[in-house]
Amino acid sequence: MSKDSKNGGISRRKFLQGVGSGIIGTYVLTPTIASASEKLTKNAEKLKLTVPVSMTVNGKGVHLQIEPQTTLVEVLRNQLGLTGTKVTCNNGECGGCTVLMDNKAVYSCHILALDCAGKEITTIEGLMTGEKLHPIQEAFIEHDGLQCGFCTPGQIMAAQALLLNNPKPSRQEVLEGMSGNICRCAAYPSIIESVLAAAEKTSGSTTTMK
Amino acid sequence: MAHKIVKSRYFGDEGLIETMAEVPADKLKAWGPGTELKIVGKPVSRLDGYEKVSGRAVFTFDVILPRMTYAKMLRASVPHARIKNIDTSKADDLPGVLKILTLKNCPKIPWHWGTTALFDEEVRYEGDEVACVVAETGQIAEEALGLINVQYETLPFVTDPALAMKTDAPKVHGWGNIIDEKPSVYSRGDVEKGFRESDVTFEDTYSTQIVVHNPTEPHCSVAAWENDKLTVWDSTQAVFAVRDTIAKSLSMPESKVRVIKKYMGGGFGSKLEAGKYSVIAAILSKEIGRPVRIALDRKEMNLSAGNRPDSVQKLKAGARKDGTLVALSQSSYGNVGAYPNGADCSTPLRTLYKCPNVQTEEYSVLTNLGRSRAYRAPGHVQGTFAFESLMDDLAEKLGMDPLELRKKNFTEVDPESGRPYTSKRILDAYLQGAKAIGWNEKRKPAGSEKGRFRRGIGMASQIWWGGGGPPAYCTIKLNQDASAHVLAGTQDLGTGTYTYLAQITSEVLEIPLEKIQVTLGDTETCPYCGLSGGSLTAPSVSPAVRDAAEQMKMKLISAASAILETAESNIKYSEGKMSKLDDPAKTITVSEVIGEMHERVLVTTGAREANPEGYEINSFGAQFAEVEVDTWTGKVRVIKIVAAHDIGRVLNHKTLLNQFHGGIIQGAAYALLEERVVDEYTGKVLTTNIHDYKLPTVQDTPEIELIVVSESDPLISNTGVKGIGEPAIIPTAGAIANAVYNALGIRIKSLPITPDKVLMALSEKI
Repeated sequence: MSKDSKNGGISRRKFLQGVGSGIIGTYVLTPTIASASEKLTKNAEKLKLTVPVSMTVNGKGVHLQIEPQTTLVEVLRNQLGLTGTKVTCNNGECGGCTVLMDNKAVYSCHILALDCAGKEITTIEGLMTGEKLHPIQEAFIEHDGLQCGFCTPGQIMAAQALLLNNPKPSRQEVLEGMSGNICRCAAYPSIIESVLAAAEKTSGSTTTMK
Repeated sequence: MAHKIVKSRYFGDEGLIETMAEVPADKLKAWGPGTELKIVGKPVSRLDGYEKVSGRAVFTFDVILPRMTYAKMLRASVPHARIKNIDTSKADDLPGVLKILTLKNCPKIPWHWGTTALFDEEVRYEGDEVACVVAETGQIAEEALGLINVQYETLPFVTDPALAMKTDAPKVHGWGNIIDEKPSVYSRGDVEKGFRESDVTFEDTYSTQIVVHNPTEPHCSVAAWENDKLTVWDSTQAVFAVRDTIAKSLSMPESKVRVIKKYMGGGFGSKLEAGKYSVIAAILSKEIGRPVRIALDRKEMNLSAGNRPDSVQKLKAGARKDGTLVALSQSSYGNVGAYPNGADCSTPLRTLYKCPNVQTEEYSVLTNLGRSRAYRAPGHVQGTFAFESLMDDLAEKLGMDPLELRKKNFTEVDPESGRPYTSKRILDAYLQGAKAIGWNEKRKPAGSEKGRFRRGIGMASQIWWGGGGPPAYCTIKLNQDASAHVLAGTQDLGTGTYTYLAQITSEVLEIPLEKIQVTLGDTETCPYCGLSGGSLTAPSVSPAVRDAAEQMKMKLISAASAILETAESNIKYSEGKMSKLDDPAKTITVSEVIGEMHERVLVTTGAREANPEGYEINSFGAQFAEVEVDTWTGKVRVIKIVAAHDIGRVLNHKTLLNQFHGGIIQGAAYALLEERVVDEYTGKVLTTNIHDYKLPTVQDTPEIELIVVSESDPLISNTGVKGIGEPAIIPTAGAIANAVYNALGIRIKSLPITPDKVLMALSEKI
């Protein structure tokens, strides 16, 4: 999976241009919002203006008032209290903050919350049903796909995105699908086994384990 | 069970620690080899797995308190300067800024052994602390940093340790750049005579790079006061060390400082000491009367949070024709950055093999860069790479199989002290590891492979302390419903501590794991345990937990004997029930015992016993690597690592395997990928994010096979455990480098073995 597709089609370059020039400055949320003028943006920043944004997070509609430069991970953690999503590099390099946007894995440190208007966001908290773990989460416990656990929510969300797109990945496809997520403890062999085992569980049929 | 105070010693990250410690008066019979255990050693899934996979685990980074505020550190933008003035007026005026701490308004609190202060007027590396802003939000604090105007008088700087050692080099502090103004030296026998008497000698210089810990969870603290009592949530490997540093820095009683660490996102040694940020957060929090959260960002992590020092090691070996080592010498230096630390790395050379004549001389050099800190097997990782490369070179010169050379120089006693090891199964590790990698069948003469892709096999040995020792204590609280609460002031870094301590409790008291709750990392509720580093945690804490659990069992038996009016020797304990041996129908449960005692909770505290006198405690192992080198691109791919280790008893096979995976992959990344790059003309670190600093990804995972050659080391402690965190990483780079040599017939003597070095070496050979 390339970084671009991981980021839901927003390339790193485009995103940085967006951040650099600032985005927004209007109270009306439209899909063209990302092209709002630089001047308005600067004014908005100077005046500390906030703008409304609505999205669906873990199946529930949320309506927020945010500063335009706020990233998705900041909204999730600071405004919604969803601290399962971690910040490790805050630079689109490690996958620690991976969540799903319309069922595709994105780096939430790397997405402006405004760009999530109308989107469906799923975080690690949304993978569960009440207190019941998702089969991928269970597989990560069973196969010990974690050590310190800090990158684990991001790993699991990347695995979920992978399996949604490819329910029976080969080992090589798992390596490719999970390569945007760094685990400094390097629990990688167990992460690979966890994802393969989860695939077997969720796809309901046998897949090649090795 | 009675306790007594004795003198005991153990080796930690920083060398020999002699301590007076409270230990059990009578040692429990150890779980030696052959002891059948029901749950200890089994691959039990982590008890904290649910919290971690659900995102519910609250790391320090996630602590949110009512009225919390956010602090950010301003760090020096230059490698060496005197601060002439700091103007914070613009930043002070920014709405939302609550307080700015600088050297102007902060008490002069000594830091780094008094070589600097919390805020110093001299900054000695790019990233040194200059000011700290606390604000309503992180964004405001960040913005305020840009409004602080610092006037620097820049000073000459030096970043290369070779240059820093010269007499005319810029001085990092007023004094000389060599720590202690002299090398640390060691010698036994007569090394010059040894070399003269050798049939063969080999000497060369090997070097290693600086690598950065980069744990996923940034260094962070949250400080909150209630009147004169301070609570600090800290991402730390040593809650009591952090407590003591904060209490001392703020001149307050240790009893009024509580440090809590529940979950932490890795440390690898970088979180063994209190950070300046923890103390600063506490000061700011006191002044503004609100909780303060501070977290370093990834750039700060790469500038200021520590690193493994580099090394340049000039080594020489002398041997007889049959491979018997006669003399070894090492002269080396390493870059420790701007504040005192050690860069010694000669222990493997001094202790891995039998050799009568050894001399080492090592320089720890100050430069204008972020300070080095203990990093997973400090010294041993860089030392083992160089020394085991030298051993391979020597074997080649002798025309010997490198594995045979190592076996030839096996020693049963510690070559420095002459004391025997409590256990040493390295020969088994050689045998089983060689078999698993296919040493005899697959290994070809060095450089004999032709074609684009060339495979090679290499190996390296490992020695580490990791036997642990006292003091370490554990309190068990047994409730009337026979559920147990285990408390120990140690830390789980992702190593599985919560789980294996519960397993030990479950083993002894025969209580199911579901009824056991483990609390770690809280200086207020837990008894003292030491830092979690140096592979000390499991061997230090597990015997204390067993001691506490066995005491609880004895307490229950004692109570049952009183209630059932029979001798203690007539009571059998099984699965939370006590019955009379001569009348098994007479049975009472834990609940009944506690009820009869008119109590709700029974409490015992166990202690780690003293280490045995007259022995050395070490872990041993060997790793075997198979690599493939692409001679067109220069890229090295690790195909397989076989890790065969003597680590005493395994407490949990699942978490053990994961620890080994982590150590080996970190070791492989050290061999091939990771390197901090510095621009020596500006003193700037160029690799301050994890795109430029190359961390391994899942795609860098080789096949890993783990062989544990030990069952238990009953001489060390009642659980027979040695630590495993460091052994896993120590020999990996050496084994890979030797495999690369075997593939190419060319020795890459400097880590990391990057494609450019491989291609350069290949072109020089042509």
